[in-house]
Order: sequence, then structure tokens, then C-alpha cells
Amino acid sequence: MKNKPLINLRYVLLITTISLFVVIYAIGCILYPSFLSLDVFLNLFIDNAFLMVIAVGMSFAILSGGIDLSVGSMIGLTTMVSAHLLEKAHMNPFLVMAIVLLMGASFGTMMGVMIHYFKLNPFIVTLGGLFLARGLCYIISTDTINITNEVYRSISSYRFYITDTAFINVNVLLFIAITILAVYLAHYTKFGRTVYAIGGNEQSAVLMGLPVARTKVLIYTFSGFCSALSGIIFTFYMLSGYALHAKALETDAIAAVVIGGTLLTGGYGYVIGTMFGVLILGTFQTLIMFQGTLSAWWTRIVYGVLVLLFCLFQRLFEANKGKMKPQLQEVDKNKIDSKPDVDLNVSEQRETVSV
Amino acid sequence: MGKKGSFDNIFKSKNFWSLTVLALLLLCNLIFTKGFFRIEIKDGHLFGSLIDILNRAAPMIIISIGMTLVIATKGIDISVGSTLAITGAVVAMLIGGNLQIVDGVQTYISKVPMALAIIVALLVAALIGLWNGFLITRVGMQPIIATLILSVAGRGVAQLLTNGQIITVYYKPFFFIGGGYLFGLPFSIYLVALIVGGTFFLTRKTALGMFIESVGVNPVAARVSGINSKNLMAAIYAFCGLCAGVAALLVTSNVKSADGIHAGELFELDAILAVAIGGTSLAGGKFYLMGSVIGALIIQTLKTTIYSIGVPPEINLVVEALVVFIVMLIQSEDFRKIVFRVKTVTE
Repeated sequence: MKNKPLINLRYVLLITTISLFVVIYAIGCILYPSFLSLDVFLNLFIDNAFLMVIAVGMSFAILSGGIDLSVGSMIGLTTMVSAHLLEKAHMNPFLVMAIVLLMGASFGTMMGVMIHYFKLNPFIVTLGGLFLARGLCYIISTDTINITNEVYRSISSYRFYITDTAFINVNVLLFIAITILAVYLAHYTKFGRTVYAIGGNEQSAVLMGLPVARTKVLIYTFSGFCSALSGIIFTFYMLSGYALHAKALETDAIAAVVIGGTLLTGGYGYVIGTMFGVLILGTFQTLIMFQGTLSAWWTRIVYGVLVLLFCLFQRLFEANKGKMKPQLQEVDKNKIDSKPDVDLNVSEQRETVSV
Repeated sequence: MGKKGSFDNIFKSKNFWSLTVLALLLLCNLIFTKGFFRIEIKDGHLFGSLIDILNRAAPMIIISIGMTLVIATKGIDISVGSTLAITGAVVAMLIGGNLQIVDGVQTYISKVPMALAIIVALLVAALIGLWNGFLITRVGMQPIIATLILSVAGRGVAQLLTNGQIITVYYKPFFFIGGGYLFGLPFSIYLVALIVGGTFFLTRKTALGMFIESVGVNPVAARVSGINSKNLMAAIYAFCGLCAGVAALLVTSNVKSADGIHAGELFELDAILAVAIGGTSLAGGKFYLMGSVIGALIIQTLKTTIYSIGVPPEINLVVEALVVFIVMLIQSEDFRKIVFRVKTVTE
């Protein structure tokens, strides 16, 4: 007990992510003074709102030990369906939003049912979902459909001015709303606790009498809902529907979740970390844009290197955790009364490490 | 009793479901596509839809073979598409080809001797695989993250190599690999036969296959029983990279250019799909090389069928997705159980 860690180990990954963001942003400020302006900072949120929303859905899937590869395609499908219903069918824009959200959620539910009840691998099921959603886009149209709908256009260009020049838009509000909702779901509801428990060890979760079946289906429903919401945000952002919108965005979302400190084995991580993961990716993109001479593909390389560094760090962290076994047990016992769910995960985590 | 037993055996046979799907697809073609099964001899080469399917499926089959072994060890490699793009860029860069006029005849000269270029490209591919293997076995990352790194960065690297442009190859002998004919059949088919046959021999006629399966079932038990599971796994990832490299040669030679962005797009997903259709469980353990070959053939037959029936190609992805779901559901024992139970109740 003598060297009880100053910071709970559980927060180490999260703190690393946040400090990395601060450091990178500081470097940006030193290199380009305009980074200090509120505009650039808020643009980070405006340009990455859609990524954040799918990354939130992805976080839940990954926390439960699964994955959702269909998110990027689902954005494409949402933009396509929205554009088609608005421009070709001239439907009420709010009805369109409701329809696409329902579509996303039911698409997710369908995949969740297949994953849980037929014991299929989430990777393959959501891969099928990826193909299906992208394919449905092509059936609607292979061309870009521009959105001229008044409501969509006005929402898209609506700005909330914070200072004279700096503003946020509806997308940022959705970004913030979904983050708050996700944090609430993950840490203050039975659903969230069950997600962590499933990610820690599904069998134990079942034996504990947790509603594993319902939760697992709901996770994918939520992820589908997030993808559709992200699709709406993307529609506001691009004001068009196109079958190739948000192509391969699922890898960015997974990268953001990993950089955010969530372990891909499940059971460990924070939604707020994912948000910083997205912001880190966004900052790098802005830096490369500001730099000017670096080509676009450097973004991909930097993303890859970031994921690599974070995974290496996670490994280091896990190895340390293995050594500090007895200490952690102490911590666990102390906390058992307040947060049984998270403690379960930590102990499960240790098991996987020792293997 | 005996009869029922033999029926059970058929249903349980590892390739039964995938072969059924392939047969159904071919049957569809027999009914809807005229002359689908006709094979003609033109200029001493065999021509026909079936040959075409084999030829086009070649890169996918080769990658699925590597992927099968990776999945058998409880791993996954989602970087094969990027590996393909990088290798394609390397080989195209090295060969390149310039128009030169020698004795009044236009000839294309390669920058580097072709054999050397191919060897270097394959080495690069194997090294990429080995890097994945290193991260997984020595650093201890999960296969999906370790290969995610390259699947994110790989295309960036490929674009860096090609400077963001499509590199065109002007060197005739190189086109033979992906478009040439040998004894009336496309050369790619021989390459596939060589790799499938070689892998089959090594894994089924030696103990290697059993080692791989035991690592997939229980890595700790495998290590305790004396298998150097780390080196074995690293070698398998290197082999998977090598397979992607060979596929890259085929693809690059076939389209006569290297495209950093689009070469090998969705290949990793198609390959994993082929393996899953072939009956190899993604949870590792038993693997079926022939199943994966059939899986890759199903995917390609489906694509060719859609084109030849005259359905708009836009539907391709949707049909592919539906086939994924159907094959998965058929293979899922839980699904069969549920459906079976419903049947007995209604009867």
C-alpha cells in the first residue's frame, strides 16, 4: 500500500489522450499564431461533428467487445435517402429526419439481432451491413443529388455567434448533445454498466443476471442511430446526397476510439476519451492543411502512426498493470461499493493480460 | 439409421453449404445466361465465362489463402488491401518502362530488370506482413489493431510512393503475369494452383497445419506442447503479406498501372468474407483452404453473374450483402437450430 498510485491507473490512458491533444494544439499555436483564434478551435468541432457522432456509437460497440463497420456506409445511405426524399419525393424535412433516424436504428437492431441471437461475428455481420448500405445508395442513384430544400439549407447555414467572428452551428450542438447523452448512458445508466460488463466478460455478465441479450441488440441499435444522426449532420455539412459520401470513415472512427484510450478487447475506455481522439485527428488535419505543402495522404500516414503510438502505449500500460496486480486488487475492494461495474472490468482486464 | 447418418454427414461436411451456394449460382447462370458454360478455343486460348471467373478471382483466391491461415490462428489481417496497393506501387515504380528506339524499332525498356523488381516487391510485401506479425507477437497487440495501423496508413504510403498519381507500366513482358496465357489457360490460374497446392501440401501433408490450428485453438497450450507459436504466427502474417504481394503483381499487371488509392479497395473485406463463407470460423482453429477458394469463387461468380444477367451493376453490392447474410445464417448452427425447432413444432 505504501506506493499507492497518485492517479488512478484507470485514468492514465484518458489523461494521456487529453494531454496529447493539448500538446499538439499548443504546437499548432506556436507554429501558426492563428491557431490561437477561437475560429480555428471551433472549426475543429464544425468539421468533425459527423466523425464524433459515429465514434460515439463505435465506442459503445467496441466497449462491449464488438465492432461496427457499417457506420461510414450508413452515413452515405442517410445522405442519399434524405436527398432523395427531399428532392424527388418532396417530403416534409422533419419527417425525413425522423425516417432516416428510424431507418438507422432499425438497421442497427437488425445487425444486433443477428450478432446476438445467431451468434455471428460482429465483424462479419457489420461488414455485410457495410456492403448493404453502400449498395442501397447505388440503387437510389449513382449521381450526386443536391439538396435545395429551404429548411435544410437554413439549418445548414444557421450560425450561433459566440464572438463577432467565431460561431458554432447546429452540427456542433448535435456534437455536444450526443457526447453528453453518451457519457450519461455509459456511466449513469444500467445500460452503460451492462455494456462495460459484456466487454469485460460476456459469460460473467450473463451469470450476473444482466440483460445481456437486450443490451447487445441495443448497442447496435444505438450505433445505427448514431450513424443516421451523423448522416443528417453530414447532409447539413455537404448539402448533397452522394453514394460515396463518408467512404471508409469507419477506419477513422475506430482510430479515434483507439486514440481515445478504449481497448479494442472491450470493457475499458471512456466516451470523453473518444471525443479527444476525434479532436486529435482533427487537429492534425488542420495542421497539415495550414502547413500547405504536405499532400493530403500525409493525413492517413499520421493517423496510422498515431494509432501505432497509442497501441504501444496501451501495451505498456497493460504490462504495468500486470505487475501491479496486488495493488489494483486493493483499489478494487475499496471501490466495490460505489461502482461495481467498472471494477469487474478491471479485474477481467487483468485476466486477459495474464493470458 | 444408416441412411440418416449419411445425410447428417453430408450436411456436416465442411464444404457442403458453400458448394451448394456455388452450385445454385451456377444453376442460375445455366437458366438465365445463354452460353455461360460454353468454352471456346480462340488463337489457341480457352475463352468462356468460367475461365473468366477463374482468371478474375485469382487475386482474391490468393489473398484468401493467406487470410485463411491468419484467421486459423485466431487473427485477422485488415491491411491486405493496403499491402496490395503498396506492393503494386513498388513494382510499377521499379519497372516503369520507357519508350526507346533501338535500331529503328520501338521497344519498351524496364528501369530495373523485371525479375529483380518482382523479387523486391514480394520482399516488401512479406516485410509488411512481418511487421504486422511483429506487432502482434512481440509487442502483443491484437491482430485487428495491429493491422488497422497499416490499413489506415498503408494507402497514404502507397500514395506517397506514387506521388498521388497513377503509375502506368509500359513493359510488355510484365503484362504476361496478369494477362498472359500458358497452354491455353490464363497464367494467373497456374499461379493460383501453385499457391493453393503449395499451401495445401505444407499444411495438410506436414504437421504445420496442425500447429496452426493448435495455436488458433489455444495459444498457451500450443506453446506448452512445444510449438514456437510466436514465430509461427509471425511467419503466417508474413505469408499473408506475401500472398497480398502476389495478388498485387496480378492486379498491377492486369490493369497495367498502379493506383495508390483504389488498388485493392475492399479486398480485405472480400477476402475475410471468402474465408467466412468457406466455413473457417473467425474464432480460429480449424481452417478449410478449399472452402476459402470456393468462397472467393462464389464472390466472383456472383459479380460475373450480375453483369451477365444484365442487371444494372449498381445492384452488385446489395446482392453481395444479401449473399453474405444468407451464407452466414445458413452456417450459423443457432439459426439452423431455431429454424429446425420451428419446423418440428409446426409438423
